[in-house]
Amino acid sequence: MLLLIPFVGTLWVPFYARLEPALFGIPFFYWYQIAWIVLGSLIIGAVLLLTHDRRDV
Amino acid sequence: MSSAFAVFAIIFVGVSVLGFAASRWGSGDRTSLEEWGLAGRGFGTIVSWFLLGGDLYTAYTFVALPAFLYGAGAIGFFAVPYTTLAFIFFFVVVTRFWVVARNRGYVTLADFIRDRYGDRRLELAVALTCFAAAMPYIALQLVGMQAVLTQFGAGSRLVQGSALFVSFAIVAAYTYICGLRGPALVAFVKDALMYVTIAAAMVIIPAKLGGWGHVFSAASVALRTHSPPGTLLVPPNMYFAYGTLALGSACTLFMYPHSITSALSAKSKSVIQRNAVFLPLYSILLAMLALMGYCALAAGIHLDAKHTSLAVPLLLTALFPGWLAGVGFAAIVTGALVPAAVMAIGSANLFASNVLAEFTQERPAAETRHAKLLCLGVLAAALVLVLTVPVPFAINFQLLGGAWMMQIFPVAAMGLYTRWFNPAALLTGWGCGIVCTTVMAVDTGFKSTFALCGNGLVGYIGFYGLALNLAVAAGLTLLFNATGTAPGVDRTVPADYA
Repeated sequence: MLLLIPFVGTLWVPFYARLEPALFGIPFFYWYQIAWIVLGSLIIGAVLLLTHDRRDV
Repeated sequence: MSSAFAVFAIIFVGVSVLGFAASRWGSGDRTSLEEWGLAGRGFGTIVSWFLLGGDLYTAYTFVALPAFLYGAGAIGFFAVPYTTLAFIFFFVVVTRFWVVARNRGYVTLADFIRDRYGDRRLELAVALTCFAAAMPYIALQLVGMQAVLTQFGAGSRLVQGSALFVSFAIVAAYTYICGLRGPALVAFVKDALMYVTIAAAMVIIPAKLGGWGHVFSAASVALRTHSPPGTLLVPPNMYFAYGTLALGSACTLFMYPHSITSALSAKSKSVIQRNAVFLPLYSILLAMLALMGYCALAAGIHLDAKHTSLAVPLLLTALFPGWLAGVGFAAIVTGALVPAAVMAIGSANLFASNVLAEFTQERPAAETRHAKLLCLGVLAAALVLVLTVPVPFAINFQLLGGAWMMQIFPVAAMGLYTRWFNPAALLTGWGCGIVCTTVMAVDTGFKSTFALCGNGLVGYIGFYGLALNLAVAAGLTLLFNATGTAPGVDRTVPADYA
């Protein structure tokens, strides 16, 4: 279920198609999507840790 | 001779030697397809990380993506959410595929289709779709190399052609001899070069151009002068297209022959899972590189619409010291050769295992011989394709290939979870999807988006094709179930997936 979050985050385009707030001069549209790369990876990592304990011990 | 060329040449020679050195790596029976084509399914987390990173993020991506932003603006950035989502599919679906492939001895995606549905036509449909999608992709790797050669003043077609021929011949030779281990070893160097280049670019280029704020404002001004004008943000009528392009591409990436080949070479399920966590590091590089397209605009590099692929090479020449530009060019060229080799291996496996023959679990020795020869044939064909066919045509064909790949999603990805669909219904759905995407592509002059209901809903053609495909497959399955048509033999059992 956690894995569905990035789909909402990245596919709800109207939410992030904006310039402000900018970060280091990079418009919101760009750094928001770059942030999702990191978040996506963290979420997959969390799911891996959570399921690992249950199945493979 | 410029310092850029000297550095480039030294690295290129080193990489070629390394490719051949891979023949000493690992033991095992080189006449088996698992050994040649999948390196005996023995790669650990780190080798897999370099190999997957090395072949999923290709030179073509690294040249074409900045070129896309350079030419069209924000819409090109869809590649970023695309790769974010692709790793979720990778984590869930490819892990499951790896398990069943290990248990049942599959080398290709189509092997699984044959075993799962007991339908030779479906096996052929999947194998040919993957093959058709991979072929222009291999050819386009050469476009990245051409862009670099142009920087060395190799303008004439003859010089470019022979340079491409020599480098492809080297790759073909070490791939023939060493199989997947060749590109896997070269991938280490390729990725290292890529990281160095991009890290340097992130430090040097925005600073020289007066900071990111200035890069974006200058790019915005320059984009408005393009025809059609580009924008820094996706316009509201393209929201749906942006989302469907990202989602659609994300669910096809892992079905390409080069992803499957690299993924199946992993030695355990956890190797795949860990890589799904750590591979997105490459996506950050990808995003940074995409923004280089804007840097090229801000740096005042003017290119007409046909030559946007020169944006990054020109930017490196203009703003990097000579030797560092040489490193960058070497990164692009090795970045073309690694995926080209893996794609050729994957396509050759498909052709040898599923087109020339039918998948059986007792793999005949002839299959490996065929695959090795076919691998040479695929690389030669790609070379001929790029030297004879105009580049925009190859790009169109590659985009269409992506939309076609989406049409095997119900058979391949959904097939890993359910045998509810009837094979004949899936085949018909696949056919409808292929026809639908092709017609839309031809109708729009090979754009990847299509407006449904007049100008109403602009979306990715592959996505529309998949919707039709699924509707047909589901409808016909219900019909076949009602009429009692045989669903075909499934040779896999639930235990194979655990």
